[in-house]
Amino acid sequence: MMLFSAQRTEKLAFAALWASAAIVVLPVLGIIAVMLYRGASGLSWGLLFGAREGLLPAIVGTVLLVSLTALIAAPLGVAAAVYLNEYARAGPLVRLIRLAIVNLAGVPSVVYGLFGLALFVTLFHFGRSLLAGSCTLALLVLPLIISTSEEALRQVPQGLRHASLGLGASQWQTVRRVVLPNALPGIITGLILSISRAAGETAPILFTAAFYSLTSPLPKSVFDPILVLPYQLFVMATEVPNVPESTKWATALVLVVVVLGINLFAIVLRARLRGSRRW
Amino acid sequence: MFYGDFQAIKEVTIAVPARRITALIGPSGCGKSSFLRCLNRMNDVIEGARVEGDVLLDGRNIYDSRTDVVELRKRVGMVFQRPNPFPVSIYANVAYGPRLHGIPDRSRLDAIVEKSLRAAALWDEVKDKLRQTATELSGGQQQRLCIARVLAVEPEVVLMDEPCSALDPTATFRIEELMTELMADYTIIIVTHNMYQASRVSQFTGFFLLGELIEYDHTPKIFENPQDQRTDDYVRGRFG
Repeated sequence: MMLFSAQRTEKLAFAALWASAAIVVLPVLGIIAVMLYRGASGLSWGLLFGAREGLLPAIVGTVLLVSLTALIAAPLGVAAAVYLNEYARAGPLVRLIRLAIVNLAGVPSVVYGLFGLALFVTLFHFGRSLLAGSCTLALLVLPLIISTSEEALRQVPQGLRHASLGLGASQWQTVRRVVLPNALPGIITGLILSISRAAGETAPILFTAAFYSLTSPLPKSVFDPILVLPYQLFVMATEVPNVPESTKWATALVLVVVVLGINLFAIVLRARLRGSRRW
Repeated sequence: MFYGDFQAIKEVTIAVPARRITALIGPSGCGKSSFLRCLNRMNDVIEGARVEGDVLLDGRNIYDSRTDVVELRKRVGMVFQRPNPFPVSIYANVAYGPRLHGIPDRSRLDAIVEKSLRAAALWDEVKDKLRQTATELSGGQQQRLCIARVLAVEPEVVLMDEPCSALDPTATFRIEELMTELMADYTIIIVTHNMYQASRVSQFTGFFLLGELIEYDHTPKIFENPQDQRTDDYVRGRFG
């Protein structure tokens, strides 16, 4: 008798694959459980909306930062992906661009922070501000947006492009009316991933946008510095004495909820776009 | 016609008659599809493809630098091997071309859509579900929809690249019938590796082999009394 019959290996393979999937889910559940357990008691009306140490300005700051980042990075990233996938012909220039994108994706986020400080804060005179922070974060997420958008564009069947061109559409008409609508769900999925990454980043905004204050006003323009949740948490955990443990956990919980909230918004948006593809 | 350094078609000269069906036959890889794509410059979109020589449409060379490729593809439409409807409604598929070329007016679009679908013998099957997604149609219906979509831009020439190779015999028969009806108004060039199809629908047939046009003549002559031994071998099914 064979030691490993096909049936047995099938069972083993299934068990191993199932276990892998389960192991991936566990930490997520664990993180949420720990935060709920330790932070729930710290959650209070005062923590969220209190005049002095309320998190509301930081929540608003994070949402503003992420929105502006998306506004800058999404058009740029999608346009670059369209160029690379639809227009560019293979050659040294395209190879160079792709190489640059891959390398950008590997740069540590703190380096983006320092670069943003040098370029946007100092050279462009944006100051430590919402705008400088958004520009820096936009650079950080660009490689991700470009590569996920390219992947989405590649999924569009070649036959659809040929059909459109064959009917006398120009390249741009084909891109706008056929390729982009069909790639949109994939592109937006990439955007969601990128944006939620940006929402949780601390290092890039450390020198470019964030400040910590207890009497925290909301920014009046894009040139004002902002309070943001990740930085708030970072300072609270490392520099401010006597902050109760539960307050820190509650802040972390709020950060995660805000990021999930942004994701949820984007997912709903995507679902709506899918439903309304009647051009 | 080259792909990179590889010469796919060698010095083909052919005169295609208007308002007739011309079939291009030959074994796989003989260059017949590549040749077809030369005729509306669809090879332009293939990386590394290059064409030398002239293709004359009403006496004007379409490879002239002054040719407007977009205008050319309106006049010379193309139906592809695999049905490739856009994943939108049946109506939007047919209206795509006219909208592209600046007809936004609803009633005119409605008329064009109906006329094109009728011409493609699809109207009766879909008239009650024009808003339905085109990809839900059967393969044969999808291909007729693609033909309707081409007709909606009112081309003079319709190129068909093995339009039935992904279809079952019944659907194939419908398309062949349709081609015969369309012949009154359109010049049709069809690439097929189904010899029986060529003999059934076409008036003229060109036989391609290894990138060369071996023989081009009236269809009955090609099939009953070919001049070249290689054509004879092919149409008798000795190879290919």
